[in-house]
Amino acid sequence: MRGWKRDGAQIVGVLDQQEAALVRGMVGQIKDMLDARAEEQPRDELAALTGIRTGHSTPPEDPILGRLLPDFHRIETDVDGDPLPSAAEDVNAAAAMRSLHEPALLDHKTGAAGTVLNTCPRDGGEVSLSESEAEAWLSALNDVRLALGTALDVSDDMPEMLPDDDPRGPHYGVYQWLTWVQESLVQAVAAG
Amino acid sequence: MTTPVEQERTQVDPTTDEVGAEDRPWLTVVWNDPVNLMSYVTYVFQKLFGYSREKATKLMLDVHHKGRAIVSSGSKEKVEGDVAKLHAAGLWATMQRDS
Repeated sequence: MRGWKRDGAQIVGVLDQQEAALVRGMVGQIKDMLDARAEEQPRDELAALTGIRTGHSTPPEDPILGRLLPDFHRIETDVDGDPLPSAAEDVNAAAAMRSLHEPALLDHKTGAAGTVLNTCPRDGGEVSLSESEAEAWLSALNDVRLALGTALDVSDDMPEMLPDDDPRGPHYGVYQWLTWVQESLVQAVAAG
Repeated sequence: MTTPVEQERTQVDPTTDEVGAEDRPWLTVVWNDPVNLMSYVTYVFQKLFGYSREKATKLMLDVHHKGRAIVSSGSKEKVEGDVAKLHAAGLWATMQRDS
C-alpha cells in the first residue's frame, strides 16, 4: 500500500496480497462480533408486528464491543467501573436510548464492514472506491482501530516504538499501519 | 484506554437557574479518546454537521486539548440523532441537558 489517491470521483489504492488478507481478516472479525451481538438482541412479537425493533438495554460486557457501541449518556462510575448511586437516572436514560438506537448502529457498522469485504480483493490488487464506499471503508477501518486500540490499551502518550520485550509489539505495528492507511484515506476523501 | 481529563463544569449562569429543566436545551458532547485521528474527527464534524473546515478544526482541537467539546445543541430529538450519527462514525459522544 502506497496510500490512497483521488482519481476523479473514485478513490484508488493498491493493497498487496498480505495487506488485503489483513484488512479482510480484521474487518471480518469485527463484523462477526457485531453480528453475534445483533443475534442476541431481544425478540418479541410486538416488535415483529410494529416493525419497531428493540435492542439490548445494557452495554456489552466485552470492552471492545463496548467501545464500538457506547452509551448515549455519560455515566459516572466508581473505581471498579460500577455506576455511582447518583448516576441511576443516567443509567436508565442510557438503557432506553440503547434499546432504541443499537439495532440501527449495528446495521450501519456491519453494512460498512460488508462493503469492505465486497470491495477488497481477496488476493490483493487495485481497490477503486466510490465516495460512499470510501466512507464505509473509513468507518470500518476506524472500528478495527478502535477495537485494536482498546485491546492494546493505546494511550495518547504511547511511544512510536514499544520496548523490545513488550508482547504487544507486533500487534501495535498492525495498529500503526492501519492508522496510516486511514489517515491517507481521510486525506483522499477530503480532497474531493 | 486512558480516561479523558475531568473537566470542570461550566459555570452556571445565574439567570438560567430560573429556567425550568424542560426549557433547557440538550447538548451533544464529544469526548477525547486516544484512537480517533485528528484529521478523521475534523472530517466527521464537517460531514455530519456541515461545519466549515475552520469550525470543525477548532472543535476537534477543543476535544483534543480540553478532553471534550460541545459540538451541537437543540431539542432532545435533534441531539439524540446527532449522537447516533457520531457513534456510527466511531466517535465517543454523549448527550446531556445544558446545566
